Amino acid sequence: MGKLIVSLSPHAHGNDSVERNMYGVIIALMPALLVSFYFFGLGSVIVTATSVAACVLLEWAISKYILKQERNTVLDGSAVLTGLLLAFNLPSNLPVWIIIIGAIFAIGFAKMPFGGLGNNLFNPALVGRAALLVAFPAQMTTWPKVGQLGSYLDAETGATPLSIMKEAIKNGDATVLDRLPDSLSLFLGNHPDGAGAMGEICALALIIGLVYMLWKKIITWHIPVSIIATVFVCAGLLHMANPVYADPISVILSGGLMLGAIFMATDYVTSPMTPKGQIIYGVAIGLLTVIIRNWGAYPEGMSFAILIMNAFTPLINNYVKPKRFGEVPEKK
Amino acid sequence: MNAKTFSIGGIHPAENKLSNEAVTQVAALPKQAIFPLSQHIGAPAKPVVQKGDKVKVGTLIAEAGGFVSAPIYSSVSGTVFKIDTAIDATGYRKPAIIIDVEGDEWEESIDRSDKLELVKDHPELTPEEIINRVKVAGVTGMGGAGFPTFIKLTPPPTAKAECVIINAVECEPYITADFRLMMEKADEILVGLELLMVAAKVKAGYIGIETNKPAAIELLTKKCEEKFGGSKYSVEVVPLKQRYPQGGEKQLVDAVIQRQVPAPPAIPVNVGAIVQNVGTAYAVYEAVMKHKPLFERYTTVTGKKLQKPSNFLVRMGTPMKDLIEACGGMPEGDNKLLAGGPMMGKALTSVEVPICKGTNSVTILSDDDARRKEPQPCIRCAKCVSACPMGLEPYLLAKISEVKNWERAEREDITSCIECGSCQFTCPAHRPLLDNIRQGKATVMGIIRARAAAAQKK
Repeated sequence: MGKLIVSLSPHAHGNDSVERNMYGVIIALMPALLVSFYFFGLGSVIVTATSVAACVLLEWAISKYILKQERNTVLDGSAVLTGLLLAFNLPSNLPVWIIIIGAIFAIGFAKMPFGGLGNNLFNPALVGRAALLVAFPAQMTTWPKVGQLGSYLDAETGATPLSIMKEAIKNGDATVLDRLPDSLSLFLGNHPDGAGAMGEICALALIIGLVYMLWKKIITWHIPVSIIATVFVCAGLLHMANPVYADPISVILSGGLMLGAIFMATDYVTSPMTPKGQIIYGVAIGLLTVIIRNWGAYPEGMSFAILIMNAFTPLINNYVKPKRFGEVPEKK
Repeated sequence: MNAKTFSIGGIHPAENKLSNEAVTQVAALPKQAIFPLSQHIGAPAKPVVQKGDKVKVGTLIAEAGGFVSAPIYSSVSGTVFKIDTAIDATGYRKPAIIIDVEGDEWEESIDRSDKLELVKDHPELTPEEIINRVKVAGVTGMGGAGFPTFIKLTPPPTAKAECVIINAVECEPYITADFRLMMEKADEILVGLELLMVAAKVKAGYIGIETNKPAAIELLTKKCEEKFGGSKYSVEVVPLKQRYPQGGEKQLVDAVIQRQVPAPPAIPVNVGAIVQNVGTAYAVYEAVMKHKPLFERYTTVTGKKLQKPSNFLVRMGTPMKDLIEACGGMPEGDNKLLAGGPMMGKALTSVEVPICKGTNSVTILSDDDARRKEPQPCIRCAKCVSACPMGLEPYLLAKISEVKNWERAEREDITSCIECGSCQFTCPAHRPLLDNIRQGKATVMGIIRARAAAAQKK
């Protein structure tokens, strides 16, 4: 007879794993990635490949040579995911060297110094994006138009829906909004004058990713729904009060809102742990996004809103507790 | 079927009910029977026999060692070999009575006939009489925890019982003993339930069964109608949606009557419910109607690599080794041997550990099932928070227990943890959440007790 193995209960496990979740999110990103290849062609391929390779290589090197970890964390899929998400937030005509700087900020500043996966306070991909936005404002605020399959650095740029909305508010002129693509084009991302970050262009592809993640129980509905609903309600109220503010449907389909709500704000590590906390977090991100988009210096506020709320996540976790069993006994 | 369930958290472990169709066999008598003196929650029993004494099946060998305690009866006839120690489910050597088996001679007082005794034919059965017979027979909770049954039937004066809930959920994977018992002893179980209702002075009874046992739901529903239809009792079989840990007392009360038992020290009777395992109902029937003390039970012996997963009616004190041999022997290689199921069972250090009052299953896990995976860093996915049936935050409790922050652990309600293991089951990073929480909970409970003792001294 062999040995008897002894350990404490439970002795069964659901066979979920970190890898399953990370690669699950990566699979959920595939529709948006393919759409991005389809709309932005060569540039999109180069930006994605550079970003993913840089993030993976950096994580591997830091884990091996600086942290000297026994178990290299690079295979868990989180570095690939950071690379993909960073790429999704970039214009498809960004030079390779700038992308690498973004990856250094994401992995080398936001993630690994805190202890790697699970310990970072801020969303690594968003830190990378924010750092690039501050350091390279020109490159990071001009966006290639869709449909230039063969071009990379030479791509023709255009106005994003968000910059049109901002112009309308600045000029106090609602007719500027007539230049916005119609809602269906925003939803599909196929308007010939459409422009924007690589991964944010097609709401439909991102929503397919959301449905996949909900189905596979990778994330719950709380964060994405509370963000989108908050922005929709606020934008609707503003639009009713003053037509220089764009209609709520265009607002939720424009810019990085879907990408942020579905893939960036739902990052496990940097979002709250309880459903109640997640809703507070989502509503606050929605409000901040509306404020920055309409009255801030930048046309897009999604990434800053998420980063600001990342900072509040520990506080939310500390104060927002789930309802304990039997806390309010039901009377019959 | 419109099945109910509890309101917070829960998981869906793979069922693996391999022995569902295996009709219960009577296990062979052991050569030597081992009776640990601590088979229940509370004080260990005190031996009343000495080395060399002759005993029969049903002879008292150890009396209750305090109020919260239970007597132990011999399950075999023979000679007391020694009063010594033996390895029990805790892995330690604990005091035990060891009896060499000779023949199979029963105490005359025990009614061994199959005749179904009914409550209406026994006018002498007052609530006090029932409770006393249950106490004397050494009946304890048969679902695993082993709390003396008579105490549950005498609630504190501040609480009033309104119903008896029979726990026939059997939500632990692998185990089928309760299912077999229901299929084979339905009439006796219902008399047992009636006795419990008389003892608790209530008119309402519920039997909670998960929908993965449709045959038991059907059979008991039919029998209930025949027996209780038109009587002064209202007894209802409640089909429950499959979900672990529905067999937890608090979860079961929530699922069946939609009332939540508050945090400890509150117990189910504080919301009007007395919960008894279906095996306990059967033991109560035998104790009260057949004058048969608790010395045998239904036990499942199971495992994916076991040749013949089976259900046994087994005398307590029988070493697990005997039952495993009867099922084809221990599988090759390293295995994990559990008293109980894979969610809450205890891993044993020896195949000599005897079947006790609370041993509802002997489960053998082999190969990958027997080993834990390497833990990874917490990715803060919050899946443990969603899984916790008590509305706690397992990731946090585990962390603050690890860093020994006992004050915070108490504030975060660590003592409400029921140790069901749902958090650890669900953790993608394979973290040993419950290991840490269990240690924290034990420490915090010690601190609370010490504080109460100090306050009393003042």
